[in-house]
Amino acid sequence: MSIGHLTRRSLLAAGTALTMALGAPAFAQTPPGVLVVGQIAEPKALDPAAVTAVNDFRILMNVYDGLVRYKDGTLEVEPALATDWEISEDGTEYTFTLREGVTFHDGSSFDAEAVKFNFDRMLDESHPYYDTGPFPLSFFFSAIEEVEVVDPTTVKFVLNEPYAPFLSNLAYPTGLIVSPAAVEEHGSEFGRNPSGTGPFKFAEWRPNEAVVVEANPDYWDGAPQLEAVVFRPITDASTRTAEMLAGGIDLMVEVPPVALSQFEGESYQLHEQAGPHLWFLILNAKEGPFADKLVRQAANYAIDKEAIVNEVLEGTAEVAAGPTPPAFAWAYNEDLEPYPYDPEKARELIAEAGAEGAELTFYVTEGGSGMLDPVAMGTAIQADLEAVGFDVAIETYEWNTFLGEVNPGLEGKADMAEMAWMTNDPDTLPFLALRSEAFPDQGGFNSGYYSNPKVDELLEQARRATDQEERARLYKEMQEIVHEDAPWVFVANWKQNAVTNDRVENFDLQPSFFLLLDDVAKN
Amino acid sequence: MGGYILRRLLSAVPVLLGITVIVFLIMALIPGDPATAILGSYATPENVARINRELGLDAPLWRQYLIWLGNMLQGDFGQSFALNRPVLDEVLERFGATLILAGTAFVLCALLGVIAGTISAANQYGWADKAITFAVLLGISIPSFFLGMMMILLFAVRLRWFPVSGMWPIYGARDAAALISHLAMPALALAVVATGVIARLSRSALLEVLRQDFIRTARAKGVHERSVIWRHALRAAMVSILPVLGIQAGFVLSGAVYIEIVFQWPGIGRMLVDAILRRDILLVQGGVIVVAACYVFFNIIVDVAQSLLDPRIRT
Repeated sequence: MSIGHLTRRSLLAAGTALTMALGAPAFAQTPPGVLVVGQIAEPKALDPAAVTAVNDFRILMNVYDGLVRYKDGTLEVEPALATDWEISEDGTEYTFTLREGVTFHDGSSFDAEAVKFNFDRMLDESHPYYDTGPFPLSFFFSAIEEVEVVDPTTVKFVLNEPYAPFLSNLAYPTGLIVSPAAVEEHGSEFGRNPSGTGPFKFAEWRPNEAVVVEANPDYWDGAPQLEAVVFRPITDASTRTAEMLAGGIDLMVEVPPVALSQFEGESYQLHEQAGPHLWFLILNAKEGPFADKLVRQAANYAIDKEAIVNEVLEGTAEVAAGPTPPAFAWAYNEDLEPYPYDPEKARELIAEAGAEGAELTFYVTEGGSGMLDPVAMGTAIQADLEAVGFDVAIETYEWNTFLGEVNPGLEGKADMAEMAWMTNDPDTLPFLALRSEAFPDQGGFNSGYYSNPKVDELLEQARRATDQEERARLYKEMQEIVHEDAPWVFVANWKQNAVTNDRVENFDLQPSFFLLLDDVAKN
Repeated sequence: MGGYILRRLLSAVPVLLGITVIVFLIMALIPGDPATAILGSYATPENVARINRELGLDAPLWRQYLIWLGNMLQGDFGQSFALNRPVLDEVLERFGATLILAGTAFVLCALLGVIAGTISAANQYGWADKAITFAVLLGISIPSFFLGMMMILLFAVRLRWFPVSGMWPIYGARDAAALISHLAMPALALAVVATGVIARLSRSALLEVLRQDFIRTARAKGVHERSVIWRHALRAAMVSILPVLGIQAGFVLSGAVYIEIVFQWPGIGRMLVDAILRRDILLVQGGVIVVAACYVFFNIIVDVAQSLLDPRIRT
């Protein structure tokens, strides 16, 4: 028995020592003036030309500026590093007047040569710093034939064809301007030693722990209110929620729907913003039941999108009406109404098409960028379609495998597949995924083989038009036709969310889904 | 003895070579490729081909393997596609963090497990035995990630005794106290299951030994009971406990994956999961090789330790 006694005593002693060593400090409480942001992953690099993830963009948009940027709360461009621009009559020459007296964080000055350096580095394989890539999204600028330095404050882009999304692509993170001097100094290590012109300058990167940026007091658009921002990668959503509740972070992005109720009440503020995102079902219009427009429309009537958005997604998305997200306010057709939930109508259409009891193969993914809660959504959709008489078999794939199955086209494999896109211009998604010339075998994403010559023509015209109103008219007409043809089931537009604690002020989410922190304050 | 160790070390070479082939083939054969993972929605065949070319993934498989193996033998594990830094830097940094976590958890579970098992066996069917058996059953039955979550909710969110996640404080000194406060919860959560297993097996190993003649002799000689248990019996039982410790060390290391995700510990388990999802081939391969090599060497160490305790094994 003496053994037991001894052990109990030593255990008690050890326990006391542990409590004394650790019990004292109350953790949490981030310092004033420093905003700690809970990110969803470790960034790849802080080189805007080299990265593709929204997670990385959230940091980049605060360190760099582009020639243009999105106006606060919209997806319309306004001047940034360029103060003004002119577009030639035929839409192939863009001449920008650059802001004077701007310097990069490393002290070098911003001018037309720097702009040319940025785009040549991405596009010209013979450029001495092309090897600091790869630059996965450089095709955003593949229309650029040449960048000309007219004088130190004027730069001209010559395009090989009219390309209307050019300006909004410049506002995208891939178009952010980096310091040529820093690229020359650090080479392929530039992504870990970034230098831009933005409101915050890079201070420190502790791998898998934090990226720290500090206020740039000389920012041309006014020095930021915060002293510093710390971006912490916290991949697990539950842990991110716990950090927010424990006070270890001040701002949390991508709050999981199930955790929203934790943040009701005075000490937190929940932010929501619908973005340029569309969650839809690709229908195989080439073969099987969905080759018939009536059956495609029936699927749109049969699925209870309200229930998916409110029950499965707990209100973190809105019902989509057509192929263009409402966040593109200027190009969105307000007259479009979502297909109502009407199983009766769906059954009538199916009977009219003679597709009763059709068997459908449905590709579902386990998760992926912008896919929200794909398994639960897929199951709800399966139930709705079976309720109107279809026989739906789900096949589930891991995200990369899923893309490998869906992107080459659904022919011979499936009747429908989940998909989601987030874009920066109303041109991108329909141009890449709805044209006859965008079939998978031609390098596009039209995996359901939808083809309508009128839609093709409208999209081509819109790409050539330089006048925004003219473009808007064309996109609106396209949306009406696509809505009627129903090549997809339009399901949801995701609302990005974020939570801040009560010490954070002036924070707003942007429809671009970028995280802009230059006006934010924290006490 | 030296010859035995050398033989065991040499036998590790074909094992490790086999592992390189397997891990390379697995990464080559699983669907999805790094270019698609990098490009996401924009993975047109044209873009995928361009990225593959720039990453050197358009070469035939056998050549890719030989290049990789050759570089690795020279200490160059390549560059991670997703993190844009040398694989070896990342792997070693992450593996260090895992060793700190798993090492602490292993020491905890080995000590607590053997002590609890011994107390249990020494007091067979007594109240201490019953209490320990109950605790062990509870420990074995709770999934470690769930336990981790509950610990976070109670000790970090509610009581605020410990930080929720990470290895170092974002602000403040990086000293031992800071490390211990970050390490305490994950190490404990990770140790619980293995502690249970070790306690159970120690108990039965010890009971086995306690029935043997030399124990009766020792008691008859008048050796103090504490000495009988902790010196004579435990030492004899260690021969069968040690291999269990070796296996549990493996479980602790692999169980660290869940704990690393829950507590955002910057370890190699979490790194591998992320790398697989991003199809970061070189990082997965490099990480697996390092972990596998560690397993192999740990087993050799256990074998050697065992042969020191029981010379019959050496032959």
